[in-house]
Amino acid sequence: MTWDIAAILAMDGLANGAVYLLAGLGLVLVFSVTRVVFVPFGDVAAFSALSLAAFEAGRTPPTIGLVATLAVLAVIVEVASLVRRGEARRIARAAALWGALPLVPCALAWLAARPGVPAPLHVASAVLLVVPIAPLLARVVFQPIADASVLVLLIVALALHFLLSGLGLLFFGPEGSRTAPLASGTLELGGGYTVSGQVLLMVLSALVLSALFFLVFERTIAGKALRATAVNRVGARLVGIRPARTALLAYGSASLLGGLIGVLIAPVTTMYYDSGFIIGLKAFVAAIIGGLVSYPGTAIGALAVGLVESFASFWSGAMKDAIVFSLLIPVLLLRSYAWPPAEAAEEEIDT
Amino acid sequence: MRATAPRVAVAVGVAAFALAPLFLGSFTVSLLNDIGIAALVALGLVLLTGVGGATSFGQAAFVGIGAYATAWLTTAHGLSPWLGLLFALLLSGASALVIGAVTLRLGGHFLPLSTIAWGLSIAIVFGNLESLGRHSGIPNVPALSLGPWSLADPRAVYYVIWIATGAACWFARNLLDSRPGRAMRSLRGGSTLLASVGADAVRVRLVLFVVAALLAGLAGWLYAHKNRFVSPSPFDVRASIEYLLMAVAGGLGQLGGAVVGAAVVLLLKNELQDLLPLLSQRAAQIEAVAFAVLFIGLLHFARAGVMGYAVRWWRARRARAPSAAGAASAASDGVVADAPPLPRRALPARGTRLLEVEGATRRFGGLVAVNDVSFAVDAGEIVGLIGPNGAGKSTMFNLLTCTLPLTAGRVRFLGDDITGRRQRDVARRGLARTFQHVKLRPQMSLLDNVALGTYARTGAGVLRAGLRLDRAEERRVRAEAWRQLERIGLAARAHEAAGSLPLGTQRTLEIARALAADPVLLVLDEPAAGLRRLEKEALGELLKRLRDEGVTILIVEHDMDFVMKLVDRLVVMNFGQKLVEGSPAQVRSDARVQDAYLGAAA
Repeated sequence: MTWDIAAILAMDGLANGAVYLLAGLGLVLVFSVTRVVFVPFGDVAAFSALSLAAFEAGRTPPTIGLVATLAVLAVIVEVASLVRRGEARRIARAAALWGALPLVPCALAWLAARPGVPAPLHVASAVLLVVPIAPLLARVVFQPIADASVLVLLIVALALHFLLSGLGLLFFGPEGSRTAPLASGTLELGGGYTVSGQVLLMVLSALVLSALFFLVFERTIAGKALRATAVNRVGARLVGIRPARTALLAYGSASLLGGLIGVLIAPVTTMYYDSGFIIGLKAFVAAIIGGLVSYPGTAIGALAVGLVESFASFWSGAMKDAIVFSLLIPVLLLRSYAWPPAEAAEEEIDT
Repeated sequence: MRATAPRVAVAVGVAAFALAPLFLGSFTVSLLNDIGIAALVALGLVLLTGVGGATSFGQAAFVGIGAYATAWLTTAHGLSPWLGLLFALLLSGASALVIGAVTLRLGGHFLPLSTIAWGLSIAIVFGNLESLGRHSGIPNVPALSLGPWSLADPRAVYYVIWIATGAACWFARNLLDSRPGRAMRSLRGGSTLLASVGADAVRVRLVLFVVAALLAGLAGWLYAHKNRFVSPSPFDVRASIEYLLMAVAGGLGQLGGAVVGAAVVLLLKNELQDLLPLLSQRAAQIEAVAFAVLFIGLLHFARAGVMGYAVRWWRARRARAPSAAGAASAASDGVVADAPPLPRRALPARGTRLLEVEGATRRFGGLVAVNDVSFAVDAGEIVGLIGPNGAGKSTMFNLLTCTLPLTAGRVRFLGDDITGRRQRDVARRGLARTFQHVKLRPQMSLLDNVALGTYARTGAGVLRAGLRLDRAEERRVRAEAWRQLERIGLAARAHEAAGSLPLGTQRTLEIARALAADPVLLVLDEPAAGLRRLEKEALGELLKRLRDEGVTILIVEHDMDFVMKLVDRLVVMNFGQKLVEGSPAQVRSDARVQDAYLGAAA
């Protein structure tokens, strides 16, 4: 390997790392607030990428159907729970919140699919279109079992991924798509090295979004409510924070991050209906390096995973995923010896 | 005879299985073969997840290791499939040992997450190794044969599969009802309890993990020689999820859930494959979606699985029948009161120095919870450790049982320096303890909870237990547990679940468990809390009787009345330091103690 190649690989790794950083932030956010390891995160990213591809091909994205289906399910679940609690008078509000609100981005997307709409609007509506997905899934699938053990929630999340990728195949079909670059041109660095605009955009977006993330967490009431819920759910409830609402906020932000990842990655990687899983898993590796709770740790992890992946793909393209996942083993070893797990709480499937 | 009905059921079941291939079509027999193989994998998951509380999303990878091991050995080297069985078990067991040793220390959700990662990695490796045929796999795997008889026919291999599955169920059942099984059933809910009886939770979990992987490896071996072909796709994470679905659908709480779950899922899959093409052209996709919906629905509404509901229904029926219930007696359920007792430790002579704490200090960050405390306990006495709330008693307790490491100072037990030793080593030397926050296994019976205490005194391993070669020792264990239960007056409820006892009585049950370890020094953390007056008196009598038998007792207690009547000597702590040491009368009249408890006169 020469220095030139190493530099190119490092640049690729940086771009990958930027994506895993964003995904890792979303995963850590959802996990710390809801204790759900949100495996379907990557699917949301894949859906936004495929929606953008549909816009570019001049088709109405099938994601609209998916979101509408989920909204119908969420309204059913919400109405059922209201009726069971004898609060039938709140049904109209619930229908508006769970049924009508998610349809707004659907309507926008439908309009954006008309001919003559400029490309930036396509990108924006592809991202907005997937934002309702995670909150709707959370309402239908996770909120009814919010008090189950982490293990049950994890199994449900994994099953949910298989559900979504099955739906993805039904809605989008097996073909892969790649979208037009969001940023064209290249940047000349000294000494003959160049960086493509897309890579620069990915790294910049990751930096800006993580800074934004940090500001929201540190400076706003909503961010503080998220942090409080992450530290202690019961305590948060005692000071008037509603965990279910904070959870929705976390899922919504994660969905937004997922959507952004999708449109950022689609120009450099061919996306299939099930591509999200591997992206999500690599973000997990990054998040686990940060212990699933630390944001700076996740950032370091994301960078490490991106670099390892890009160098591994140089030696063996087919084995690169195996190499990245094997990276977990030394990390876990280090973690378990450096920070031995505290006395495990009751972790079980109640039988 | 209560035992007759299940035995008849088992006999009828075995006969039905033995005769089934004679009456069923070859398609149904193949389906039964698939169910048997899947049940083996699901059985491992029931053990690992249902019993041990750890989940693996990579179980299909172990099936793959077993299948590829035998396929490679029998095709590339032309060796006998029976050697392939050895190789398959060896490889799947060894890889589980390595993976488990690395990942099983992890808490909670890290373990299952890491299983996804290595589950994926192993499947990727299968698909990319030249010697394993890459994505096209290994064809022409030979069929099994027994001497001159070929077992290529599904009807013939049926017997191999179901004998293996039946044997595995029998083994697992025996295993759970034994010394290692009790430790496995205690894994859920933390490792401190296991350490306090001298067991290593990480090791117990590792053994369970390897057992589950061996079952998967066995299934892989059967799979390879039944299908005569292996390829990577049946061993990926999706397949692992399907095995987990079987275990959950059948019921993680019962071993039978593995077979029932495998049958339910595979029959359903088979039905769906017949039905869906009639409804839609995208049958395969809809099948995947339908299964995911089914799985999520199961976890929402029916986490106990088929067997869970069956057992609940059966118990409710039995509870209604008046004759079945009744007080337990020694003879019921195999407790033999006259079994030879377990070997006992030689207790040190009265007055020997047992425990010596020198300058014990423990800091939590800036807080000094215990500061330079020294005291000693001699054989044959009852020593009380008292002090106001926040005095550092419980921390002191955790220091001398080696549950927490000391920041500075030394602890000697029976003349040896135990500073920095692990809690389980100290427990094995004869230091038994109870917990302030009761640590029992509420689902297990009183007898099993107490029998757990004998862990360090007995030696049956997984193999001996699974093959039922541990029965002589097990009789002695149960007799010992029974004796300890009689001692604390709970023998009549021996077969009830420990969780059904009131909290005060649960503390007493912990004493019985500690006594079952045959301790030299018994360390009790607030044993009288939550007891009524008469129960307290009975407890006091029991402790005095134990002292007369030569057991030394160190007790932390808030109830002054109880302590003053009981102990020979008191150590009083306040603000992390030792205030006074002396006889109850001395302590009672000490001005500093009165200040600490009542506040100094202004």
